[in-house]
Amino acid sequence: METLEQVLSPEAQFQARIDADIRIEPKDWMPDAYRKTLIRQISQHAHSELVGMLPEGNWITRAPSLKRKSILLAKVQDEAGHGLYLYSAAETLGTTRDQMLADLHSGKAKYSSIFNYPTLSWADMGCVGWLVDGAAILNQVPLCRTSYGPYARAMVRVCKEESFHQRQGFEIMQTLCEGAPVQKEMAQEALNRWWWPTLMMFGPKDSESPNTEQSMNWRIKRFTNDELRQKFVDMMVPQAEFLGLTVPDPTVQWNEARQGYDFGEVDWEEFWSVVKGNGLCNHDRLQARVQAHEEGAWVREAAMAHAKKRAEREGVGA
Amino acid sequence: MAPQDFSPAQMAAPSYPADVQPLVFQYVLQLADTSLILAHRLSEWCGHGPVLEQDLAMANIALDLLGEARSYYQYAAELEGRGRTEDDLAYLRSAVEYRNPLLVEQPNGDFAHTVLRQFLFDVFHYELLIELKAGPDAHLAAIAEKSLKEAAYHRKWSAEWIIRLGDGTAESRQRLEKAMRTLWRYAAELTTPTPLEQRLHAANLLPDYADIQAKVAAYVAHVLAEATLPVPTDAFAQPGGKAGRHSEHLGYLLAELQYMQRTYPNLTW
Repeated sequence: METLEQVLSPEAQFQARIDADIRIEPKDWMPDAYRKTLIRQISQHAHSELVGMLPEGNWITRAPSLKRKSILLAKVQDEAGHGLYLYSAAETLGTTRDQMLADLHSGKAKYSSIFNYPTLSWADMGCVGWLVDGAAILNQVPLCRTSYGPYARAMVRVCKEESFHQRQGFEIMQTLCEGAPVQKEMAQEALNRWWWPTLMMFGPKDSESPNTEQSMNWRIKRFTNDELRQKFVDMMVPQAEFLGLTVPDPTVQWNEARQGYDFGEVDWEEFWSVVKGNGLCNHDRLQARVQAHEEGAWVREAAMAHAKKRAEREGVGA
Repeated sequence: MAPQDFSPAQMAAPSYPADVQPLVFQYVLQLADTSLILAHRLSEWCGHGPVLEQDLAMANIALDLLGEARSYYQYAAELEGRGRTEDDLAYLRSAVEYRNPLLVEQPNGDFAHTVLRQFLFDVFHYELLIELKAGPDAHLAAIAEKSLKEAAYHRKWSAEWIIRLGDGTAESRQRLEKAMRTLWRYAAELTTPTPLEQRLHAANLLPDYADIQAKVAAYVAHVLAEATLPVPTDAFAQPGGKAGRHSEHLGYLLAELQYMQRTYPNLTW
């Protein structure tokens, strides 16, 4: 009798494993398109962590208390750590960090557009933690069960830290909202700027998201963009109310029949414009990364040269 | 480091004679300012490091120093007993009131400058903490004990980079030599006692800086030899910071550090 392996094509066997929720590991056979999709997604995620250090890094030196400074620095450092796990996860698919960084610097690879918005006040540190990390968590929690093993395992660690980040962001907002009028105004003004861009973090509408269907079939993705966006609004509107803040969307209203909030249409023109590079900070963010990399070249070269000298000396001594 | 890291005995308000208490307060403030200013400088690198691993390492060192600074500020506030908090001390004092040595306020420059500034500080910091840990002030000893573990790692990190850069490429060596010409003049202030430090030493509250200086010099010479670099022979030592006479760099650093507290006084964040 023929075994299952002999009957089914590699593609069919692969899909059967996916459908049975069996993790795909680096040495397993996988379709080229699956590999490419994952490299694109994981490296994009890693780049987002790296570029995402910049808007919050912008306030480390101006944090309003030593405690806040310490928490913010630790948080941005966590993001660097997430970048490291994710670059390593992507490397298991046969790419290198150098290649991924080259693609980031040339503009070929993308990162989350949310980081192309500027952080203009201390309340932005609250909004980035509360809203941006909140949206990231909704995107990322399902990834802990994503079909590719190294990515799923990296995401378990990332998600643990992200939920702490989100709580600290909410706590910044709460402190502002319970403080002086000028602090509450600062919180509201920041919410006004961050609300719509965070709704954009879930990506284009399902009807205009070309990659969603295939990614769902491969169980890389487990919810559609619109499903996650709805979850986010349902979670955040009551939290804003609790804080005494107003979400900058007059159409937000509880829909009893749907058991969810109705909300307005995202400005997709702005979304695509920022994706294409026209946000307030696109140029500066990329420039900062390129500059750090270029200015660090001599440091990396020195470390390699020294390691080589040392290995040669130790080789001679042995 | 949070206050709860210490046992109640270590937290007990120390009882110094009335004429000594303000001196100890000033000295603890000097320790706090030093760690804070260096942490602040290192944190300026965050997101801009030469490679992700070193971005993490510098943020890590900055966090350690910030934690140490907070412990000192909290203790200083307690010594002073006038109800000021760690944030009042850090955010509401002017440049001339700051007591950090000049070295730590120097700008980051390139990675070679940052590494050398760190190395010169770390070697001193490590030796000082060993002495403070064994010193008569239980509260300071507790802070020093915790910080010493961190400082040992900092010194290892910066020494390894001095060796890599000195014995790396022609460019890295050149950059390190240039950093040395800029920063060496600030190294000696760390181990040169001010009148305050001399009085505390006379009261048996501080170690003899000459001993620390000898250990620092030996360690620096050992690492520079491995880095194939000569120990600078220029003996000029620029004093000032520990007496409140700073370079022009500090004012800008404080303008940024203190921006929120100065713009929105008396609020909770």
